[in-house]
Amino acid sequence: MNKYLLLGISIIAFFTIIAVLAPVISPYDPSAIDQDNLLMPPSSQHLLGTDSLGRDILSRIIYGARISLSIGLIAVGIATAIGLILGATAGFYGGLTDTLIMRFLDIMLCFPTFFLILAVVAIMEPSIFNIMIVIGLTSWMGPARLIRSEILSLKEREFILAEIALGASNLRIITKHLIPNAMGPVLVNATLGVAGAILLESGLSFLGLGVQPPTASWGNILIEAKSTLGVAWWITIFPGLAILVTILGFNLIAEGLKEKIG
Amino acid sequence: MLTYIFRRLLGIVPLLLGISIITFIVIHLAPGKPTTLDNALNPKISFEAKQRLDKLYGLDKPLYAQYSGWLWRMARFDFGSSFGDNRPVFDKIIERIPVTLSINILSLVFILVLAIPIGVKSALKPNKFFDKAMTIFVFIGFSVPTFWLALLLMNFFGVKLGWLPVSGIKSLDYEYLNFWEKFFDVAKHLVLPLFVSSITGLAGVSRYMRSSMLEALQQPYIYTARAKGVPESKIAYKHAFRNAVLPIVTILGLSIPGLLGGSVIFESIFAIPGIGRLFYEAVMMRDYPVIMAEVVLGAVLTMSGNLIADISYAYVDPRIRYKT
Repeated sequence: MNKYLLLGISIIAFFTIIAVLAPVISPYDPSAIDQDNLLMPPSSQHLLGTDSLGRDILSRIIYGARISLSIGLIAVGIATAIGLILGATAGFYGGLTDTLIMRFLDIMLCFPTFFLILAVVAIMEPSIFNIMIVIGLTSWMGPARLIRSEILSLKEREFILAEIALGASNLRIITKHLIPNAMGPVLVNATLGVAGAILLESGLSFLGLGVQPPTASWGNILIEAKSTLGVAWWITIFPGLAILVTILGFNLIAEGLKEKIG
Repeated sequence: MLTYIFRRLLGIVPLLLGISIITFIVIHLAPGKPTTLDNALNPKISFEAKQRLDKLYGLDKPLYAQYSGWLWRMARFDFGSSFGDNRPVFDKIIERIPVTLSINILSLVFILVLAIPIGVKSALKPNKFFDKAMTIFVFIGFSVPTFWLALLLMNFFGVKLGWLPVSGIKSLDYEYLNFWEKFFDVAKHLVLPLFVSSITGLAGVSRYMRSSMLEALQQPYIYTARAKGVPESKIAYKHAFRNAVLPIVTILGLSIPGLLGGSVIFESIFAIPGIGRLFYEAVMMRDYPVIMAEVVLGAVLTMSGNLIADISYAYVDPRIRYKT
């Protein structure tokens, strides 16, 4: 257990616990408007201050953890699943299947991810569900490539040849032997993917094309930060720090995993 | 060398085709047709009038016919007119490309100039103070949301300290300045956007340079050179470095889509009139012609960047020319 893993897992565990226990530990309802306390700096009543509608920032950050973590995990889940299926199929069957899938992958890689996501969000209204799907659909290329190259090298190993000789079905070979042995780099990639997905989601929410208010997301709390620049520093600092530390946590875990798998 | 370039150029054709197909599919994900808005404004519109409108835009033809019409128009750079102000999309984009391209190219140069020395120095003295400090910087650079960084820097340097301007690329009195003042005016405006746009790339490339250099230093020929008595500095800069820096070229090509995507955010925040901001405004207004043109443009720019990166890599590393 190296220090990267230790630090990273502690950070993520911290945010996960906060997200899970949100209803219990949150001092206020994150959408509760309080007209008497607009734009208040941090105080004993509102530990991290309030925004322009009087909503408590601390509560919004706590509930925002739920949104960001779940979007990140599910989006990456979708991307990795698609990537595993396409990459394993391409790597195992080779030939025309491989060429077709890889060509498709190359084409998808040409699109700046952010452009594609914005275009799709413009076409289909922004919602948490849509964001997860779109990020998933535009991030499968990385895992697909990884799995494919791992499978290409594993295909020639003796234990796989033995399985084929024993008459195991292709599906069994792929799912029970090839994929589990190839998971190392895929896991690292997935961890980095969650970091990226959270960054994407917060960017989208900041632009108004992600999680819509009143649902709190770290990105959409920051929407107000632009207009209250210089006046309400707490709206800028705290959500941004939350994003920074969370992403850092995932990056540290990825670095730790990289050292572990060698 | 020429055959390699030719082969790569040939390979672009299917990519371009694929890009156009995917973009076309994405447009048609939209519920309703482009004429729905026109129809909705006039509730009394008759069925025949709707049909005539469809025929005008070619919407009554089957999808493959619509696609080939669209593709043909695109090949002639006819991207239609913007829904927002009815100007040709092509004009709107051409106006703004120089700004975005300049900033992105400057970012790439900035990244190269800083990241390569940082990476090399970290590799030459691994785990010493400089390396550890740079590693922390890299991790933070990876993890910081660029729009947040932009806000922080705007707040600090723009509002609090007042050293740097926070919007646009020219000041209001630009026309009255002499040449040098104009130059510094633009430079001042570009400092913050440049920094924000480069930070992630800087972290990534310096990290990559470091591991590439470390790997190069482990090669057998390095040990040979040392055994021959070649001085350490020559080993580092003449032998290891030249080999370590080769993959950086490809990395640069790969960071282009990231730079383009990033420009949407920082151009919006810093009010810079580039294609990123145009894209953002188009998305907010659901200005489909502009959106689609920008998606195709983004893909073409990425593809060109990768092509240039590949060709440069083949130029500096002769082994590549014969592999593909």
